[in-house]
Amino acid sequence: MISPRYHREIPQRYRLEAGKCTGCEEIHFPPRVICRQCGCREFTTEVLPTRGKVLTYTIVEIPPAEFDSQKPYVNAVVELTNGVRLTCMFAEAPPDEVDIGTEVELVFRRLQSGREWEVLQYGYKAQVV
Amino acid sequence: MHGIVGWGSYVPRFRIKVEDIAGQWGADAVAFKRGLLLEEKTVPGPDEDTITISVAAAKYALARAGIDPQDIGCCYIGSESHPYAVKPSGTVVIDAIGAGPDCHVADFEFACKAGSEAMFVAYSHVKAGQMKYALGIGADTSQGAPGDALEYTASAGGTAYIMGADNVAAEIVHTYSYTSDTPDFWRREEEFYPRHAGRFTGDPAYFHHVLSATRGILDRSGMKPEDFRFAVFHMPNGKFPLRAGKAAGFKQEQLEQGWVVNLMGNTYSGSSPTGLAACLDVAKPGDNILITSFGSGAGSDSFVIRCNDRLLEIQDKAPATRDQLADRRIYLDYGKYVAYRGKIRMNQL
Amino acid sequence: MRDVAVIGVGMTKFGELWRSPLRDLFAEAAADCLTDAGIERSQVQSAYMGCMTSGLFNGQEHLAAILTDYAGLSPISATRVESACASGGVAFRSAWLEVASGASDFVLAGGVEKMNDGADATYCLSTAADQEYEVYHGVTFPGLYAMIARAHMHKYGTTREQLAHVAVKSHRNGAQNARAQFPTEINLDTVLNAVMVASPLGLFDCSPVSDGAAAVLLAPAEVARDLGKPVVKILGCGHATDAIALHDRQDLASIPAVKAAGDQAYAMAGVKPQDIDLCEVHDCFTIAELVCLEELGFFPRGEAAAATVDGATGLEGTIPVNTSGGLKSKGHPVGATGIAQIVELVEQLTGRSAKRQVKNPRLAMAQNMGGSGGSSTVHILEVSS
Repeated sequence: MISPRYHREIPQRYRLEAGKCTGCEEIHFPPRVICRQCGCREFTTEVLPTRGKVLTYTIVEIPPAEFDSQKPYVNAVVELTNGVRLTCMFAEAPPDEVDIGTEVELVFRRLQSGREWEVLQYGYKAQVV
Repeated sequence: MHGIVGWGSYVPRFRIKVEDIAGQWGADAVAFKRGLLLEEKTVPGPDEDTITISVAAAKYALARAGIDPQDIGCCYIGSESHPYAVKPSGTVVIDAIGAGPDCHVADFEFACKAGSEAMFVAYSHVKAGQMKYALGIGADTSQGAPGDALEYTASAGGTAYIMGADNVAAEIVHTYSYTSDTPDFWRREEEFYPRHAGRFTGDPAYFHHVLSATRGILDRSGMKPEDFRFAVFHMPNGKFPLRAGKAAGFKQEQLEQGWVVNLMGNTYSGSSPTGLAACLDVAKPGDNILITSFGSGAGSDSFVIRCNDRLLEIQDKAPATRDQLADRRIYLDYGKYVAYRGKIRMNQL
Repeated sequence: MRDVAVIGVGMTKFGELWRSPLRDLFAEAAADCLTDAGIERSQVQSAYMGCMTSGLFNGQEHLAAILTDYAGLSPISATRVESACASGGVAFRSAWLEVASGASDFVLAGGVEKMNDGADATYCLSTAADQEYEVYHGVTFPGLYAMIARAHMHKYGTTREQLAHVAVKSHRNGAQNARAQFPTEINLDTVLNAVMVASPLGLFDCSPVSDGAAAVLLAPAEVARDLGKPVVKILGCGHATDAIALHDRQDLASIPAVKAAGDQAYAMAGVKPQDIDLCEVHDCFTIAELVCLEELGFFPRGEAAAATVDGATGLEGTIPVNTSGGLKSKGHPVGATGIAQIVELVEQLTGRSAKRQVKNPRLAMAQNMGGSGGSSTVHILEVSS
């Protein structure tokens, strides 16, 4: 991944910074230019909670090339305690530990190493509480 | 008063047993366990490295310290396995925990004592009045060459210390470092695994420096072994720290709490810092703790630490080291272990 | 706006067409379409070509120029349309608007995709999802639909076995389709014991990677009448979008863009689900067929699975679904799919479907969808003599 994009995304990937609409308080992750609810264009920074629960998930057995070394892995849609949803991978997750409703915590992990010469990419993954 | 305002250890979930490594190489597991005094070691997951371990440990330290990360004036990470050859680990950590940009960052290396030296420099900044809080971390995901003795012990983990002058929970009362050029263990740039000088790593290297530093700090502080509740020594295997401790005049009971190596392996720069954390997790006000690290090449950093009342208020604010060691372990077989550790030659993407 | 009819269709075989480059596939479908319509190349005034990502699959953009050139249609106006897997459906709608508005009389709507030229198909297809907040985390298309499947199973009790019935039914139809990539029947065991791709979806729950092209010619309805053929009129059209990321949808077991597009089409056509005689549905994965059928109102939510097992969606059922074999058996060259669906509808409505023929159909529907439901088109066609 090229540096400009990676660097731009650090507040979201490292610190879970979302945007809260000043008009209707809807929280957007990632932050947006236009509130999808009321159309307002002014936002404040809102740091997301790290706790949540699994809404749905899958165990990926045939991944894309760059994730092949991590298979099988669990992808899930997680709903955080403040209602915001996001998609992520699970850090070490024995398959019998994950189900709909499982409580999770978002932790900081290396998401992609890329090839030998590429920038390492860090971000959030879910871990069973 | 200057010293530790918060600490946090991170222990990965994966483990591999001595039996599984020995089985691979046709070695005598029983003999290794007896010789090394070790049962199993931690293994970093494929998505873990020194940086992710440092972030987790730092977050626990922040939870105990109860401070605003923006007040952290520096971040030093000591490791032998920084993910980049050139690009600091510390910058990722400060951005991840919300410290910086008003922050000094440097990566440290000195074999296994890079962690304690990060602690030393962080503490010194605070003592000099340079900054309010300082973060010093020792973390590693060290590698042992396949089939080599080090493969049984090289493991992963790390501990973070926030030093400060306000709300100190464990005062650093004395420090002393003993260093000399001693080629016991090294790695050249192009090599993937480190090399060591066999039995030379014992008396002339580990024991000489650990005991010199320990005796040196006891002399300079005018303290005796019996003044301490806990003593922690660098743990390259299970035997060395116990032998060193006894040679320095400490008793088994004083050495046990910090002796995490038999279940954790040698986390290199995280080794004695993690042993210290295991002691802080249970220490009481008034307890004295001695910690002496060792880094090949070679040198030792010693600290005398005195706990106070504040310690009790913050111990429970993050997971204890020994709880993490005991809980939710996932055991790997040798094949999964080498795959996770990147020791298998794969096709380029 | 005036009535528009489809007056000709053309389609290549779908499959791993190693010897056919992108440009030739499109040219072949376009030429066959014009022959079927009985219209000269020089009469065509405009073309829309749906293609998801020739840039990533083949390193080729500027399809408006190259495909028109190789189809012998230059110098007409041409537009490449992209909406992931709904590219064909959106191309069709765009062509319809140009004829309906009176701007042109003869407009070609085509679609093509050449996925087997060595590109990493999983990566290319993943660009239909949210690159930064879904794909970045290891999510694949099977993974996304697997999560929808699991949510559907959790909410309604849908089972893997019921999903398998969808694949079996599709192959039964596809076995009668000479153009299909996999014109063979399969049984439940094969589907249930297949290698897992992203649980709970296995290999046979997923549509394949395919090459192929399809094209249809649109003209004002009175032109179709003048040609003396059965007039296949576009009665209703719907087109809607939704949040691209699955996690931004309220109900993870639903696809709102499909309902929205369907409602628009029904309203424009003035018909209801029970009036539809056959439906081509976007079965990129078995679960997609079930959810789309529910969104289109053919079955109450949660009941499409049981209805499929009962045979309601088979050739002899109350609503024959994917008589072509669907994406699963026929193949899914992404940009071509939306147009291929129209080809099936037209052939069915004009009695040309041989062993797959539905008895005397009058109204037919095609539903095309992009990504995990970020966009969808629905078209309703009606035949009259």
